[in-house]
Amino acid sequence: MRAPPVTTTPAIAHRLSELDVLESEAIHIIREVVAEFERPVLMFSGGKDSVVVLHLAAKAFWPGKIPFSLLHVDTGHNFPEVLEFRDKTVAAHGVRLTVAKVEDYIIDGRLAERADGTRNPLQTLPLLDAIAAGRHDAVFGGARRDEDKARAKERILSLRDEFGQWDPRNQRPELWNLYNGRHTVGQHVRAFPISNWTELNVWRYIERENIELPPLYYAHEREVYRRDDMWRAVSPVSPARADETIELRTVRYRTVGDMSCTGAVDSAAVSVSDVVREVGVSTITERGATRADDRISEAAMEDRKKEGYF
Amino acid sequence: MTLTIDTQNLATEAAVAAPEGTLFRFATAGSVDDGKSTLVGRLLHDSKAILADQLEAVTRTSTERGFGGESGGIDFALLTDGLRAEREQGITIDVAYRYFATPARSFILADCPGHVQYTRNMVTGATTADAVIMLIDARKGVLEQTRRHLSVVALLRVPHVIVAVNKIDLLDYSEAAYREVEASVRLVTAELGIAEVLVIPVSALVGDNVVDRSERTPWYAGPSLLELLETLTVIDDLDERGQATEAFRLPVQLVLRPQGAVVVAPELADSYRDYRAYAGQVASGSIKVGDTVSVEPGGGTSTVTGIDFAGVSLDEAFAPQSIALRLADDLDIARGAVIAARGTLPPVTRTLEADLFWLDPRPLAPGARILVKFGTTVVQALVSDVTGRLDLTTLGVEPATNLAVNDIGQASIRLSRDLPVERYVQNRRSGAFLVIHPQDGATLAAGIVTAPGEPTRAGDGSGAGSEVSP
Repeated sequence: MRAPPVTTTPAIAHRLSELDVLESEAIHIIREVVAEFERPVLMFSGGKDSVVVLHLAAKAFWPGKIPFSLLHVDTGHNFPEVLEFRDKTVAAHGVRLTVAKVEDYIIDGRLAERADGTRNPLQTLPLLDAIAAGRHDAVFGGARRDEDKARAKERILSLRDEFGQWDPRNQRPELWNLYNGRHTVGQHVRAFPISNWTELNVWRYIERENIELPPLYYAHEREVYRRDDMWRAVSPVSPARADETIELRTVRYRTVGDMSCTGAVDSAAVSVSDVVREVGVSTITERGATRADDRISEAAMEDRKKEGYF
Repeated sequence: MTLTIDTQNLATEAAVAAPEGTLFRFATAGSVDDGKSTLVGRLLHDSKAILADQLEAVTRTSTERGFGGESGGIDFALLTDGLRAEREQGITIDVAYRYFATPARSFILADCPGHVQYTRNMVTGATTADAVIMLIDARKGVLEQTRRHLSVVALLRVPHVIVAVNKIDLLDYSEAAYREVEASVRLVTAELGIAEVLVIPVSALVGDNVVDRSERTPWYAGPSLLELLETLTVIDDLDERGQATEAFRLPVQLVLRPQGAVVVAPELADSYRDYRAYAGQVASGSIKVGDTVSVEPGGGTSTVTGIDFAGVSLDEAFAPQSIALRLADDLDIARGAVIAARGTLPPVTRTLEADLFWLDPRPLAPGARILVKFGTTVVQALVSDVTGRLDLTTLGVEPATNLAVNDIGQASIRLSRDLPVERYVQNRRSGAFLVIHPQDGATLAAGIVTAPGEPTRAGDGSGAGSEVSP
C-alpha cells in the first residue's frame, strides 16, 4: 500500500498536457532543421510514426506547404495497402515522394538477397544512395527512443558521416533545446522529432488529431501462420512452410514494415480508442511483439545503425 | 547489483494506462558504483514499467553471464546500458532515455553516466531536467564526483535536487549513519548555493523508499522517491498566482511567408496572400494578443495582432509552445531575432562573462575563435580570457589560464555583433548558449552567462533584465 501523499511543493496544474509539450517540442525540432539545412527530406513509409511526423510538419509550416520532399526505401516486400495509403497521403499533402527500390539493386546485382529472405538490412545502401543523389543534408525520421535500447541512446540530431555511420561513443552533447546542426561536406544529420514519444503517446495523438492510418493497424481477418512466436501474414514473399498451419485470425499490426519480418498480434481493436486501450495495457514492447529482425541479437539495431540504418 | 524480483509483479492493468497528464523530466547522477542503474531498474520495475519481453531479454542475458548465481538475480543495468560497449565493459557511457508513467504523470528519465570522462553526457542530461536525483553510497558519503555533479546541477540551476542516500540496508538502516551523510550533503549544497535539497534514505536493491515508504526507516518521515517525482513542479511552471515567472521571449526560428502557396481552403486563399508570421517556440513567459513587444536586433516595437498554432488562433501563448506570431508593423525580422515583452530586454552588448562546461578533448586557451549559439542566433566570438576554474575539493575558484575536458571554468567572451545578453539566473533559456568549433562544428562547451558586458546601446526601456516586476 502506498502511504497518502505528503505535502512537499504543491503541484500547480500545468496548462499544457503531455501531448501538447511533445507536439511543440517536435514542431520546434522540425522548424530548426528546415531553417538550418539546405535540403532536408523526410523518410516516409506510411507507417504510423512517419505519418505523425508528416502531420507535425504540416502544422509547423501552416498555412504554407511542407517545404521538403519525402523519401521511401521500398524493400519490395511492403504491404500493398500501405503503399496505396502512402501514395494517397502524399497526394493529399501536395508533397513530392522519391521511392528508392531495394528490388532494383537486387536485379542489377548491387545487392544480393539474404539467405533468410529478410530485406530490412538491405535498405541501408539504397537509402545512402538516395541521400547522396538528392544531396540531402538532413534526413527526418520517425524513430522513437522507447522502441529499442540503441535508439534510446541516440541524439535528436544525430550526425552521420559520408557512409551514414552512427558513432555512438562520440555523440555531440545535446544541451537545452539548442540543436547544433553544423556539419562538414559529405556529412549529414538524421533528425528525430518524436524521439521522446512513446507508442502510447503516438496513438493518443493519432486519436486526438484524428489522423488516418493504413487499415492494417486495426483488427481485421487475415490468413496467418505461427513463426517465431508471432503471426505472419501469408503472402507471395512470406509463404508458410509445409509444417506451418495456416489459420484465419483476427489480428492487427503494431508496426508496419517489411512483410517478411513483421508479425501481427491477436487483437479485437477496430478503432483508435480500442488501440489506445490495448497499447496502454500491453505487456510486450512493439518491436518485441512484431519484429523478427530485432531478435537476431541484443545489439541488432545498434549494428544496423552503425552501418547507416535509420 | 543483483536485484531479485518477483516475476508475477509484471505490468498488467496498472501499467501505462494513466490518463494524459503532465510530463516530468528527470536525470540520475552520481559516482560510478553508487547504484544508479539498480535504482533506475527498481523504479521502473516497481512502477510496473518494464514489459515482459524486456524483462525476459535482461533475465536471459543475466543468466548467460552468471549474474546473481543460483538465485537467478537480474542485472538491471542491462536495461539502460543499450550499447554493446557499455554491456561489455559494464559501465554507462552515454545518456539513456527511459519512459514510464504512473497514474499521476508521465516521466522521461535520463540515466546519466557516472564516470568522470563522461561528465559531458551528464551535463547533457541535466540541461533539460526538471529534477536531478543524485545517488550517494551511504558507506562512502560525498565523493569528488558527487561534488562535480552537484556543481553542475547548482550552476545549471536544475529546479529540483534530490539526493538519494543509497545502500542504507548495508548500514542496517542506522539513522545515525544516514544523518551523518545527510549533514555532509547539506554542507556541500549550502556551499554551492543550492537553495533546496531533498534528501532521502533508500535501498535501490531492496526497494526501501523508492516507490513505497519503508517500514525499516521509521526515523524518516518524508515521502518516497516516486511520491516526490509525482508531486514536484515542472519547469516553465507558473508561480503561486498563476503568473509566468520569467518575461516573454520568442527566438525567431523562421518567417512564415507562403506568398500564395497555402494549404487553406481555396475560398480562403486570398486572405492568406499577405500572411506573414514569426515562428518559434516560446522560451519563457507568456504573450497575449494586443500586447506590445520589442524586437532585437533593431530595437523596434510593435503590437501582437495574432497568435497562430497550425490554423487555430490563440488568445494567449506560453512556454514551451511552438507558435507563429503576427505583428501589426512590418519590421525587419529574420531568423535569429528575439521578440520580447516590451520593456524587458536587457541592453545589447558585445562582451560577456560566462561559466563554461568544457566538453571537448581539445583544451580551451585564451584567443580561441569560436561560434556561440544563443536561441536561434549564431555569432562569431573570441575567448578574450580564461579567468578561473572550479576547484572540486574546495568548491572555490582557482586561477586558470586554460580549460581541459570536464573542467568547469570562467571566461570572458567578445562577440562579433551586438546581442541582448542576459544572465542565466534571470532567464534559463536566453542566458544559456553553445560554444561551437568554427571549422568542424563540434559542440565544445555549454555556456551560461554570469554577467553581460558594458551596453553598446541602451535597452528597450527598463533595461532591467527579464525579471517580471511584482
